[in-house]
Amino acid sequence: MNQEVFLAMPVFLISAFAVLIVVLDAVSGKNKTINFAFGIFSLLATAGAAIYTLTLQVPKLVNPADYHDIFTITKNTMVFSSYSAYFDILFSLAGILTMLASRSFISKGYHEYKEYYSIIILAVAGMVYISHANNLLMLFIGIELMSIMFYILSGYFRQRIESVESALKYFLLGSFASGFLLYGMALVYGATSSLELNVIAQFIAKNNFNATYLTFGIALLLIGLSFKIAAFPFHQWAPDVYQGAPTTVTAFMSTAGKAAAIFSFIIIAKALMPSFTNNAMRLVSTETMQMILAVLSAATMLIGNITAISQKNIKRMLAYSSVAHAGYMLMGVVANNQLGYDGIIFYATSYLFMQIGAFIVLSVLENKDSSNINLDNFTGLRKSNPYLAALMAIFMFSLAGLPPFAGFFGKYYLFLAAIQSGYTWLTIVAVISSVISVYFYIGLIVYMFFKDSDNPIAKAELKLSSVSLFVCLIGVLLFGFFPSLLMNLYAIIK
Amino acid sequence: MLEMIQFVPLFPLIGFLIIGLLGKYLKNEKLIGTIASTAVGLSFIVSVLLFINVIGSHLEKPHIQNVFTWIAAGSFKVNVSYQVDQLSVLFSLIITGVGFLIHVYSIGYMHGDRSFYRFFAYLNLFIFMMLNLVLSSNLLLTFLGWEGVGLSSYLLIGFWYDRKFEGTRITWTGDAANKAFIVNRIGDFGFLIAMFMIFINFNTLEYQAISDSLAANESFFMNSGLVTAIALLMFLGCTGKSAQIPLAVWLPDAMAGPTPVSALIHAATMVTAGIFLVARNSVLFSLSPTAMTVVAVIGVLTAFFAATIGLVQNDIKKVLAYSTVSQLGFMFAALGVGAFTAAIFHVMTHAFFKGLLFLGSGSVIHGMHEEQNIQKMGNLRKYMPITYKTFYIASLAIAGVPLFSGFFSKDEILWSTFSHGSYILWGLLTISAFMTAFYMFRLVNLTFHGEERFDKHHLHPHESPKTMTIPLMVLAVLSALGGFLGIPYALGFWFSDHPNLLENYLHPIFANANHILGKHAHTEVHLIEYLLMALATAIAIFAIYIANKFYSDKTFKIPNKLAANNKGIYNMLFNKYKLDEFYFKAIVDSLLALSTSLLWKVVDIKVVDGIVNGAGKTTALVSESLRKIQTGIVQNYAMLMMAGIVAILAWILFVI
Repeated sequence: MNQEVFLAMPVFLISAFAVLIVVLDAVSGKNKTINFAFGIFSLLATAGAAIYTLTLQVPKLVNPADYHDIFTITKNTMVFSSYSAYFDILFSLAGILTMLASRSFISKGYHEYKEYYSIIILAVAGMVYISHANNLLMLFIGIELMSIMFYILSGYFRQRIESVESALKYFLLGSFASGFLLYGMALVYGATSSLELNVIAQFIAKNNFNATYLTFGIALLLIGLSFKIAAFPFHQWAPDVYQGAPTTVTAFMSTAGKAAAIFSFIIIAKALMPSFTNNAMRLVSTETMQMILAVLSAATMLIGNITAISQKNIKRMLAYSSVAHAGYMLMGVVANNQLGYDGIIFYATSYLFMQIGAFIVLSVLENKDSSNINLDNFTGLRKSNPYLAALMAIFMFSLAGLPPFAGFFGKYYLFLAAIQSGYTWLTIVAVISSVISVYFYIGLIVYMFFKDSDNPIAKAELKLSSVSLFVCLIGVLLFGFFPSLLMNLYAIIK
Repeated sequence: MLEMIQFVPLFPLIGFLIIGLLGKYLKNEKLIGTIASTAVGLSFIVSVLLFINVIGSHLEKPHIQNVFTWIAAGSFKVNVSYQVDQLSVLFSLIITGVGFLIHVYSIGYMHGDRSFYRFFAYLNLFIFMMLNLVLSSNLLLTFLGWEGVGLSSYLLIGFWYDRKFEGTRITWTGDAANKAFIVNRIGDFGFLIAMFMIFINFNTLEYQAISDSLAANESFFMNSGLVTAIALLMFLGCTGKSAQIPLAVWLPDAMAGPTPVSALIHAATMVTAGIFLVARNSVLFSLSPTAMTVVAVIGVLTAFFAATIGLVQNDIKKVLAYSTVSQLGFMFAALGVGAFTAAIFHVMTHAFFKGLLFLGSGSVIHGMHEEQNIQKMGNLRKYMPITYKTFYIASLAIAGVPLFSGFFSKDEILWSTFSHGSYILWGLLTISAFMTAFYMFRLVNLTFHGEERFDKHHLHPHESPKTMTIPLMVLAVLSALGGFLGIPYALGFWFSDHPNLLENYLHPIFANANHILGKHAHTEVHLIEYLLMALATAIAIFAIYIANKFYSDKTFKIPNKLAANNKGIYNMLFNKYKLDEFYFKAIVDSLLALSTSLLWKVVDIKVVDGIVNGAGKTTALVSESLRKIQTGIVQNYAMLMMAGIVAILAWILFVI
């Protein structure tokens, strides 16, 4: 059999399971455990297949402009590189962590419907399409599949007004952004007469193409994606949606969703923003886009972190901080070099562990109507829930970017990449905004450890969430102490 | 065989860890003392084996034993590596040998102390650090040891942290510890800068590599500003550690520590670290005549002034402390005139007799129940015969009475300064030697002779236990006979061409430096050398005679009259030239005033805190206003998005 079939296995598997689990919903009756177990199984299988493809002779695809018709079975709409396999693993892992934490959480807050698991699988399917997309339409389908699932998940607590409100807001603004994304694709197609990223990349490389409408097209694409990662000024949905959505859903959206969106950034930037640093030729469009993204990145991290300071609700605070983290990740795209891209992937990976971990701690401590996740409620948490308080502190330290946790090296590589490509001012802004962010991350720790309360949150039951939390802790510590594990992996797989 | 060097520092480290971590639970004083002494004893045995090997193999080039890579950062790489050569092994012998004796002595001296184990943990830590200092093959590991001995010295000076101690602006022993630490910090600053300069210019911190590249480009480096600067900065470090002018003030106050500490750290070993460092970098120093002159002048001045202060002090340990400062000055004088071997020789003999003197004084203090004022002693020879006899031998040695060890080493230093042509320095040193003999026998007379000036009915002096007297006796033998290792050619030519064993032994170490200085092993005999030797002997005996005469009569008529007639001089000496007061008034107070009034109250509170708090308040204000943009109304969000899109597209239109 053709090796390509094996390479494509993660895509096939997740698509098949996504269909099967919907069918299973119809026949499984009242038994929700089957759906839950099947969901976990399908994600494990997808991740397993992706790990297997890493052991094969995976084509090393660094630059879309360098590869030609090699993916016959999908007619070049998809690529099967080791980068996509890496992201398949990441998305599946995020799905598993979320599902494990969700089981008790959603029955606590509302009612456990088995569709919840199907929707998560479908969202992961959308992300997997993104990570394999070589065709702009394929990318769009992946993004939309993922986004629509997110709209539904946000409104999952349908008796709760904030949840419904967040779903509606997300949907309206998301559709608005999708329009620009699609229009950008149309402009790029008009300029290059192709939707395939490698053809587009070769076209631009060969012709040193610089037309205004191509630049407009790229700009609109990036604007659409900026909405998805919640970058300024397209970020305003994020605090409302992240706060209103069920906490486990927020954990999933703000990590895996953000990772998928930032990965779209990488593939678009690699195909459409070639940097001819070695040649005399320099694309005006690339440099302009880098500059625009740098401004967006700076504004995003400053506004995200500064606004987070005055938040009282922890979930909303983390939502703003999530905006700021999108700003950090954009630095890698601004840098537009290999270290920048590796840095983004490292950051997305470490961010996934610390952010999911923090939200799961919240989800475990939440009461039925989510009214007890203000800073005041966390006062003296060390006494009632010492382990959860310690975990939360570790995740906060990591989010603040303090060594020896993973968050530190994520920032380090991105800052280094930005300096290497001459954006020192952006790095200075990033450092300043990191300092600002320490205020509210450590502020939470002060509440938990250095203040006493007469009325602390009762001791929480962990159940399956403990598995997720353990994995998150391991991730934060492992990649904090041995960042070279991941960086070496990138060196091998690229 | 030579690779066994790594075990020398290992044993005290293990001892330190065992006692430091478990000592609290061991409780048994004998066990703790045995562990600590064994650790040092084992190091001593290994050092002896190494010594035999070094002698037997006529080692020309040092053996470098790499233990592990310590720091590797770019082109900067430093190993923990030890260097076996004649100099390091000799120092290792002195440190572990004298150290072992003092450990044994301390078992008796510290008996019953509530922190017995802490004392021995610190002592072992000190030995470990001191061995790192002298055995290291590079400057950085030496610096680690340098700082480490500073730390243990600090910990041990303040060991009895709740006891009072009198001094200039010192009320507790802890203040004395602080003083030692802070004054040393000034010297360390010089050492550090010297190290940086060496690394920048030579790209290495290895002694051997530095010396080789200096010796290879002798004419280039000769008297160059770079070498002089490095040498002087390094010497600043030495003046701190070895208590020379201008940083000598800490050593007398370091006597706040238990007496074995004064013997081990503040007389026999740590304070000679400065001598070691200059000797180790002899090539560097010999390339800078300016630096050599500075070393010699500072040494002589220190020797002279410290001796004058020693004449009038009444605290038994203070006399010995000033004597130590003075003797260290002799050693630096020797280094400064290029007589490296003589300096090392004096380090060795000094370790014997000064260690013995301190231990003897400890025995006296122990027997007198913590009395240290020699005016309140007298006739102790009746009560403590062993202490008396050994103390007497050590005093003969330091006074320079022929055949005792101090005679040979001090005479070599005097002859070296004379033959170097520095007659003024020689003169000052000779006067200092006279004063040395005088204040030592003043001490002996006041302490052991005459009649009891203490309350015999309440105070019953007694001889110390065996663990204390046996080390005294061993050291007495060494003080008496140690000098025969360095018989000058003038006295030994009739039985050997090379009678000075130490000089032969250390020859490979100082060969380069001697070559640069144009020195040869002297094989001629000058009449004047005999004359000077006779003069030194006469001076020593004369001084002893005067001291005996002054202090043998019951009322001390002559010295009292002298003091009364020269009240100004007496008070100046008694108050140590008011150097401490001067430092406090001129430097410490003005620094404190500046820090308090300007740096703290204005720069820190107003400017720094103002900026920090202001930045925080501004950010919080901005945050509040940014929060208001988030209206919660979807239409507004879409508006902002649209505005952003328009701005971005306008930017692109504008650029392209």
